[in-house]
Parts: sequence; structure tokens; C-alpha cells
Amino acid sequence: MADIIVQAFQQAINLIASGDPEVYATIYRTIYVAGLGTLLSCLWSIPLAVIIGLNNFRGKWIIKGIFNALIGIPTVALGLLLYLLFSRQGEFGFLNLLYTLNGIAIGQAILVTPIIVSFTANALDKADIQLRDLAKTLGASSFRTNLTLIRETFWSMILSITAAFNRGFGELGIATIIGGSLAGETRVLTTSIALDLNRGFFDVAMAYGVILMAIVIVLALTVSLIERLRNEDLGWSKLMLWNVFRGKGKLER
Amino acid sequence: MFLGGRENLSVNLQLDNLQKSYHTVKALKSVTLNLQGNKIIVLLGVNGAGKSTLMRILAGLESVDNGKILFNNQNTNAKALRQVATLVFQKTAMFTMNVYDNLAYGLKIRKVTEEEIAGRISDALGAVRLSGFEKRRAKKLSGGEQQRIALARAFLLDSHVLLLDEPTANLDPNSALIIERAIVGKKSSQRIIIMATHNLNQARRVADEIIHLHNGEIVEVAKPEDFFEKPKSEITRKFIRGELDF
Repeated sequence: MADIIVQAFQQAINLIASGDPEVYATIYRTIYVAGLGTLLSCLWSIPLAVIIGLNNFRGKWIIKGIFNALIGIPTVALGLLLYLLFSRQGEFGFLNLLYTLNGIAIGQAILVTPIIVSFTANALDKADIQLRDLAKTLGASSFRTNLTLIRETFWSMILSITAAFNRGFGELGIATIIGGSLAGETRVLTTSIALDLNRGFFDVAMAYGVILMAIVIVLALTVSLIERLRNEDLGWSKLMLWNVFRGKGKLER
Repeated sequence: MFLGGRENLSVNLQLDNLQKSYHTVKALKSVTLNLQGNKIIVLLGVNGAGKSTLMRILAGLESVDNGKILFNNQNTNAKALRQVATLVFQKTAMFTMNVYDNLAYGLKIRKVTEEEIAGRISDALGAVRLSGFEKRRAKKLSGGEQQRIALARAFLLDSHVLLLDEPTANLDPNSALIIERAIVGKKSSQRIIIMATHNLNQARRVADEIIHLHNGEIVEVAKPEDFFEKPKSEITRKFIRGELDF
């Protein structure tokens, strides 16, 4: 087992070092659809989360519960539904989104909506009640108080957006059903893995898996590093990476 | 808006039969008071006496179920109270900003110029002995330092009603003393300072007038010497001796 993993790492490095344009194109397409899907989703998810999180209304818990439940929606089920809508006879067939990267991105935008809405609304909902009172007692209007709370939970929003990106980045169902895994056009990392596994190219599939994981981990570490820099009040100029990793990157007081 | 033509007179706050309930619990039963500027009024009472509820109502953070609040003889509501009153909470709350931005928050809302903000912040930090703390992350400061920042933030707004909910609870004696001195230094005819505390010694040191609240009702209003030496109410007598059940 360990040999297989080591070989997969070697194969992954070889794949990247080979300069094969299709490998880079596949990575690019994966980042493109996940990135576009997440950005699109933010357009409606963040405002929706702000409305749900900052307001108290009857049935709020039901709405939050529904979004929480939808976090685990099977991607193949959503992919199938979108396939019916995007196919030539479907309601949105005229948009010609089937077997396109933009079609996958739209599917992923819908997929990640519950993640952004749930996480962000919960963060806003749980924002320290005292911060609301503090803003008010300092003279802030309701609008300004809400802006302050959004600012205070900004980092939770970034984390929810990162989680949404990762969900889109690693999903297979929508990419397969809407994208069709067309070589050179809509093939992304996850569909490449599935395809190479079916074709018996286990080492290539593993290599793509390693690349997929590496990108997710690098993104997560980058976000954590930025959070740390922000929390410790360190500027990039003051950053000594080694010290940050060793937990010594704090400002002297 | 409340001070037209009375800049030289002392501000006053009249509470008329204030009542407040949370579900079935009556937090304030009937509170009637007449408070004047240039005084530090200390609210004493056991836990659950209604001190924090009264402070939150006066800060405009809660509305009353019944009763009237008049500021400078004009009927006022929660929104209008927020324009003249500032509350310093017992549990210090800080925005995720540096000290300067925390202090500037209320001033920016009031559209004070950046230059003036910088000058006033420098003075306010000096008053609470935290000069040079402007760029520190507020949430990273110690409890005592945060409480002093909270006090400076309230001082900066120059509110007519300054409400302090146990501002020295859980602080070391040195920090408590700095805060007490800063509070006493803010006495003015244009300001009513109301401080809730459990600390009888502190009440004796800083109060011009003591109000004893028990079970949502006022049981005694007196000057410190009368309150401690000649309490009229049996409840107050027991409270001073630490014999009051709550």
C-alpha cells in the first residue's frame, strides 16, 4: 500500500514535470469551474445569509434547517436534475450549457449555496450579542450595526467560501453528468480520476488524486496562514515564515 | 437636541414608574427616580436586583413595558436615549480592530474629523494611562487594559448620561483605582454618571448618591454617609451586613 502511494506521488510529480499541456489544462479547468461556481454562488448566497443571519423572523429555524440539510445533497442527484433542465428539451436548453465548463460552474454554484448560506448565517447569528449592543450604545444605526457584525464575521465568511470552493473542486457527479468529461473541453481532475480508473490506469488516477489533494491542502494552508497573519497583526514585511510556523511570529509588546 | 437653551443648567433624567418583565419575571416593578448632573450615582443591589436591566433601559438597549423616561424634561424613547447615553458593559466587548479604531468607532459615526479624532484619542488614552496603545489589537489586551479602553471609548463620546455596569469587576486593585479616578474626573453638570457595582467600598469612595435596588424596586436612596451609617430600610441594613438572601 505504501509503495502505491509513493508511486502515486512520483507519478504526480512526473505528470506535472512532463509539461503535458492537457494535464495543466485539466488543472486549470478544475480551478476555473470551482472558482466561477463559488463566485457565482457568493452573489446570492452572501446576501441570503445576511438576511437570515441578522434578522429574527418566524420560521427562521426551519429555513436554517433546510439549508443545513442541503449541504449533504448528493451531487449526482443535483447533476441529474440539472441535466434535465439543461438538455435540449429542458427549460434552460436554449442556453446551451450542457457539456460546457460554464454549465458545470452553474451546477457547482447551486451545489455550494447551502454551504455558504448555512455557515455564514450561523456565524452572523452567533455573533456576540454584546457586539450588537456595543455598536448601538456607541451610536450606530441598525444598518451600521449590521455592517459592523458582517465585518466582525468576515473571516467566517472567508472560511465558508473556502469550504464551498473545496466542495466544488472535489465533486464528481455534476462534472460527469453536466460536463460529460469531454477530452480537452470539459474534463476536470475528478472526472479524469474516474476515467483513468475505469481504463485501468490506476497510477495516473492516483497521480491526479494527489494533485487534487495538494491543491486543496495548499489552499487551506494559505487561508490559515492569512488568518494567522491577521490575528497576530503581522504585516507581510514583518513575516518570518519560519517563526510563524514555530509559533513565534508575534509582535513584540 | 435635548439641550436647547440650557447649556449652563445641570442635565436631568427623570424615571417615572418604569416597569419591565421578561416573560413571567418582573425585572423592574416600579422605578421612579430623579437624577441630576454633576453626580456619580451608584446603583447597589444583589445579583438579579434589576441593576443591569435598568442600565440597559437607560442606555436605550431595551424598551420599558410601562413608565416614562424624561431627559431634560422631555419625554424620550430608546432610540433618542442612545443619542445621549453610553453604556460600558461589565463584560468588556471589543471589535476585532486595533485600539485606535475601537476608540474612533463612535466618533466616526458622529462625523468628527480625522484630525480631531486623533487628538481626542491621544488624550483619552492618556486619561486611562494607556498612551501609545493605539496600534495594539484590542482583543489581545489584558482584561484590565480592555476595560480601560472601553471606558476611554465611552469618555470620548462625551455623552450626557454615562452608564457603567460594574466597570471594575474582576480587575486588579491598580486597574480598578485607575478606572475609579478616571470616572471621578468625568463629573460635570452636563453629565449624569450612573455606576452599578457590588463593591461597597467602591460605592463609599466614589458615590455622591447611592440607590439600593432590590427585587426590581428601589428600597433606599441616600448619600453614602447616610446609606452606610443610618440606613432607613431593613433590607439595606441586611444588604450592608451581607445578610441578604438573593
